[in-house]
Amino acid sequence: MAVTDISWLRCGIGTLCRRICRIVCHLVCHIGATLCFAAGLVHADVEHEGALPVAEVAPGIFVHSGHQEVSTAHNHGDICNVGFVVGSRCVAVVDTGGSIVIGRRLRAAVKATTALPICYVINTHIHPDHIFGNAAFKEDKPTFVGHVNLAAAMAARGRNYRNALIRDVGADVAESEIIPPTQPVADLYDIDLGDRILKLRAWPTAHTNNDLTIYDEKTGTLWLSDLLMIGHTPVVDGSLTGWLKVIGDVAQEQPERVVPGHGSAANWRQALAAEESYLRVLLNETRAAIKAKKTMQQAIDSVGWQEKDKWLLFEEFHRRNVTASYAELEWED
Amino acid sequence: MFDRRRFISLLALVSLPALLAALLPTAMAVTAEDAEANVEMWNKVRASMFANRQISEQAENVITLEAPPRAEDASTVPISIHTKLAQTADRYVQKIYLVIDNNPSPLGAVFTFTPDSGRADLETRVRIEEYTHIRAIAELSDGSLYMAKRFVRGSYGCSAPGGKESIEAQARLGKMKLRITDPITLDQPVQAQLMISHPNNSGLVMDQMSRLYEPSNFVRKIEVTYAGKPVMTAEVDFTISQNPNFRFYFLPRGEGELKAEVVDSRELKFESSLAIRATAATLQPPHQHQ
Repeated sequence: MAVTDISWLRCGIGTLCRRICRIVCHLVCHIGATLCFAAGLVHADVEHEGALPVAEVAPGIFVHSGHQEVSTAHNHGDICNVGFVVGSRCVAVVDTGGSIVIGRRLRAAVKATTALPICYVINTHIHPDHIFGNAAFKEDKPTFVGHVNLAAAMAARGRNYRNALIRDVGADVAESEIIPPTQPVADLYDIDLGDRILKLRAWPTAHTNNDLTIYDEKTGTLWLSDLLMIGHTPVVDGSLTGWLKVIGDVAQEQPERVVPGHGSAANWRQALAAEESYLRVLLNETRAAIKAKKTMQQAIDSVGWQEKDKWLLFEEFHRRNVTASYAELEWED
Repeated sequence: MFDRRRFISLLALVSLPALLAALLPTAMAVTAEDAEANVEMWNKVRASMFANRQISEQAENVITLEAPPRAEDASTVPISIHTKLAQTADRYVQKIYLVIDNNPSPLGAVFTFTPDSGRADLETRVRIEEYTHIRAIAELSDGSLYMAKRFVRGSYGCSAPGGKESIEAQARLGKMKLRITDPITLDQPVQAQLMISHPNNSGLVMDQMSRLYEPSNFVRKIEVTYAGKPVMTAEVDFTISQNPNFRFYFLPRGEGELKAEVVDSRELKFESSLAIRATAATLQPPHQHQ
């Protein structure tokens, strides 16, 4: 690394202070955030309380954009897009954030927007950043809605996910709970919020084996969640070939707008094409590596690294994607 | 995107002495503790397996181990063991013990080799339950012990569910692929690959609703012979990832059949073989028999 490189200074001293705080928080996350306070280094770079900021992307559709990061003590698992849809009778929350803290702040955002009750909490899939705020809505006694495979996935992974959450985010989110769906969706399912029908669709195995999307007829908004990841490296936790098929189906849809699970883009079709392109690189290069009798480790070291600069968190997720792709594809022939 | 490592280096360079003095030693202590995690478990395993025998860690001329420092998918961690001995009858690697300190079953595998192995190298994929050392201990024909180790960060690889692939692995239970990776030259070690479709359930995955554990069901023994002589034997358990996959060597001294026999924990037996015949100076594998 060049000592003369001072580009990091260009954002100014305020940014520097936030960055120092972030680094220090990462360094001491094992010991707890208290040290950060003790050192007087806390900077209000992430709000730790109060309603989550949301944007009304279409009438009655509110979206909070999470940070493009992994869950830490600093962001409390505020790392994906979450939000809610308001009808004339009640509200449906779509995903609840990566911890009880984010769930509570999302609930505060709903309460700041409308006095209508929260009658549905929809989880778009199993991943921790989308479900660990569920417990914040228990008092609303909503119907929890998810893919027909979601309950089994939660049963199998819940304990490990929760252990990892406490390890990575801290004991102050210990009230985060796994709450399985009370209304499973096997195929198609309509929710009536009053003058507003949400059309839910359960997909075959793609990003995970329990992906659910939500289409709001009234505004033509398609909430794709992690079937579309923008900026954030796409994560293959279901099936690479399955996800590519589902992307083909999604591309046939004609919504006015979409809500991705991570990031945002002016042109969602371009973003979907970028995601598809990354997944195709994974598919083609992993297949070629297997055919060339390369080992899994050789594939991990060689497949797809030219994509690195196109995505965030690539170091964190790409190797895992190649591992999963290799394991999926090596039995193909 | 913000580059954290670069920034930490810069932070050190521009120096914020009070901050560093206050915080870095603590952070480093945690890291050091991680790296030495569960030495106690290793001491126990060591005592029960090797009693007071000396184990040399000056092992680079005998055995090396490669494993990723961070296992993004802890249920599928590729590892590769390389040995430096020529496997001659008077001095060869006889056994390699694979120990993963913090796994529920720390002794994950024992591999046995012979001079007919040609080379006592091995590649496979393992599960990691917690941050842990992985150790490969070579026992030579003269009884001496050499150890290579790596620290790997990864979690819940043993108790994580198999998911969709688990169902597929069960459906094609026992299907095997046995092949060689390069053309054969007589009297030169040649690498073979054995793939076994098997869920390799650990018995540690709990269904949170029924509070029941799915029963364990894993490949427990693999015996590979060439022309009737053993080249690689493995006693293994659920430490090996789903769909167990091994690369190893054998030394073809002439025509013969490469044969793999597999037994799982329910005593189901599977086998696969590959006939290798001479054509001029080289040997070619025709079809795999199953």
